[in-house]
Amino acid sequence: MATAERALHLPELRTAEERGFLSWLMTVDHKRIGILYLVTSAVFFAAGGVEALLMRTQLIRPDNTFLGPKTFDEILTMHGTTMIFLAVIPLAAAFFNYFMPIMIGARDVAFPRLNALSYWLYLAGALILYSSWFLGGAPDAGWFNYVPLSDAFSGPGENFYILGLLLTGFSSIVSSVNFVTTILNMRAPGMSLMRMPVFVWGTFLWSALLLFSAPPFSVALILLLLDRIAGTGFFVPAMGGNALMWQHLFWIMGHPEVYILAVPAWGVISEVLPTFARKPLFGYRGAVIALFAISSLSFTVWSHHMFATGMGPVVNDAFMVTTKLISLPTGALVFTWLATLWGGRIRYTTAMLFAVGFLPLFIFGGLTGLMLATAPADLQLTDTYFVIGHFHYIAIGGILFSMLAAAYYWLPKMTGRMLDERLGKWSFWITFVGFNLTFFPMHLSGLYGMPRRIYTYSPLLGVDVYNLLSTVGAYVLGVGLLITLVNVARSLAVGKVAGADPWDARTLEWTTPSPVPAYNFRVIPLVRGRDALWYEKQAPDGDGRMRGAEEAAGAIHMPGLTYLPALLALGLLVAAYGVNFKLVWLAALGALITFYSIFRQMFEADRGYLLEPRGESE
Amino acid sequence: MSSRPLEALQEEEEREAALHAENVRLAFWIWLASEAVFFASLIGVYVALEGRSVSGPTPVDVFDLPMTTVATLDLLLSSLTMVLAVVSMWRRRPGAVKLWLAVTALLGLVFLGFQATEYSSFMRDGLLFNTNVFSASFYTLTGFHGAHVAFGVAWLVGLLISALRGHLRPEEEHKLEVAGLYWHFVDVVWIVIFTVVYVLGTAA
Repeated sequence: MATAERALHLPELRTAEERGFLSWLMTVDHKRIGILYLVTSAVFFAAGGVEALLMRTQLIRPDNTFLGPKTFDEILTMHGTTMIFLAVIPLAAAFFNYFMPIMIGARDVAFPRLNALSYWLYLAGALILYSSWFLGGAPDAGWFNYVPLSDAFSGPGENFYILGLLLTGFSSIVSSVNFVTTILNMRAPGMSLMRMPVFVWGTFLWSALLLFSAPPFSVALILLLLDRIAGTGFFVPAMGGNALMWQHLFWIMGHPEVYILAVPAWGVISEVLPTFARKPLFGYRGAVIALFAISSLSFTVWSHHMFATGMGPVVNDAFMVTTKLISLPTGALVFTWLATLWGGRIRYTTAMLFAVGFLPLFIFGGLTGLMLATAPADLQLTDTYFVIGHFHYIAIGGILFSMLAAAYYWLPKMTGRMLDERLGKWSFWITFVGFNLTFFPMHLSGLYGMPRRIYTYSPLLGVDVYNLLSTVGAYVLGVGLLITLVNVARSLAVGKVAGADPWDARTLEWTTPSPVPAYNFRVIPLVRGRDALWYEKQAPDGDGRMRGAEEAAGAIHMPGLTYLPALLALGLLVAAYGVNFKLVWLAALGALITFYSIFRQMFEADRGYLLEPRGESE
Repeated sequence: MSSRPLEALQEEEEREAALHAENVRLAFWIWLASEAVFFASLIGVYVALEGRSVSGPTPVDVFDLPMTTVATLDLLLSSLTMVLAVVSMWRRRPGAVKLWLAVTALLGLVFLGFQATEYSSFMRDGLLFNTNVFSASFYTLTGFHGAHVAFGVAWLVGLLISALRGHLRPEEEHKLEVAGLYWHFVDVVWIVIFTVVYVLGTAA
């Protein structure tokens, strides 16, 4: 084509970065989307935490009447649903969005607009779910949402659960497609797959798991919605439906889900431990293989959640074996971390404390997992507080501790300011003590027979003291987390300036200024080894700085701002309310907005703009 | 710099366009893998509920296998015309691209017509959406497939309009290719539905 015609397509030049409120609505910068994810998931994490404290307050003594049974059911359902779908998955997505492209040496993700879309879909789903409190009552059938509790025996709240989670599921698929494409196609020169940081492998496997587990769950949600609003009987035995089918469809998503939560956490641990042990990760290859093995096996174990449903000994035995099989690669992973610490010159920063604190908690949670995976024991333990104790050791001890390690490790890169180490250490120890005080006694109350999901219990059960301890522990845990929040606020206001590489770290994000400029790298780095920055720091033929592969010829081409992703999510939000309230015109309006933004996006070329680098040295 | 040489910028734009096209192709395969799991789940539900309906009508009462076979052939044929559209694009024959796009979209519409006919005849036989679990799982499965076909038709029409306005430039080949990929995927899903639901359902 003619040069003259191409010249007409040249984008405009910008020197300033995006500013103002509207720019957050229209941004396609993966780092700003990461920040949006981080703030939103922190808000929902706080909401889930408050719900947890309300429950613990109700359970502080037997025969308590602080919350009625109906409110308790709603709060317990919202706590689980919020923590899994609105807090922990998006919290991982926040760090993925911000750091994965930088860690592979890319200027952006493969599809910046899809990235924005995934955030807005998540927000829309979250708003739908939380609007249920104001529009007729929250869902109350537990986060498993088992039929018939969620079907014939529940109020309008379940529709919000269904529609909200359909949107967040869609959001996960969108960002997974984006991440996998980015990792496979956008790596800097020299960044081979086996040189990628384990955290990037975590992103890859997180995405793969979501790609294959979100669709069956979406099907389950759609069928349940039809049962509820169109009078079909997919899960209604009286109509020929199959109630157990819900559990299968749910756990086909629900068990890989556990690893969707855990894989990012393991990625974080695999970055933080080597940095502060000043040693490369021991057995990198083995760790990657273990992550692959765990992720594949996670699709073969869902029925261990259903040992007590009467599937018979053959099925139970099969799923018992596959479940226990997962402990082999998981054990290998744990030894990888322990061997990384072995002989290291360890610096106990707050990030490191959270990462090291993770180890015993995660191991303990894994061991109680083996107990639950034993089918005969499970018949006794299932649906007791033992299960709650077990999975909170994984979910908080394993996952939240890693995410706090990630926050203390990476926030200086994101904000340009350090967190306070003294406050951080207070936060760690109070969180650690509070956590164990909350969840260790639950194993005992569970063994004594306290069932989960009950709003109160009899003093005759003999579990008063364990519940009292758990409730006190929950408040201590809350204080510990609050200190981190204060720490973050304080750091934003008066924190010490971080500089590019405050931890003497190993991966590419530490070669960029803090906070990272919009274009990430003025010069795309040339990667010469695993742990690219560490390699250059050690290399005899280098000066300790990254080498450049290709420099931009001047201004850098960036994708343009757009309101289309937010509009698409708004369309689906409107359509969801239309379906929920059976307003055909509202659903049609939502569909119209949705299709308008899809087709507008498909047939509109993005010219983008040129950004002048700020001129700092890399 | 604003004084940056035009050629350098143009080169960078072209490289970005090529990478974008590669990204779109890869992303589309990944997304289709996820879609395949979605349809596999719906088909699984259909099979799990087969024969559990407490009241009629059942598949043997309503299915019109010859008509559905014709609809299936129509959809298969549309995959062929889609291939011809993509090949014409590779051979730089814009006229043929437009023709085959139009024919493919038309065959898709014909398939939707068959589906509408089938649905209305089933409803005349008293098989409403919530009549029994067969009807519910049947309409859900084929309805989602039909919605995919309808979306595909809209997509093809959009591409056709784009082509008529002269916007399908060589660096946008991937747009037509992924539309083709989508169309074949929807077709393959139908072949599975046709086999599992119609052929095996009538045989049983």
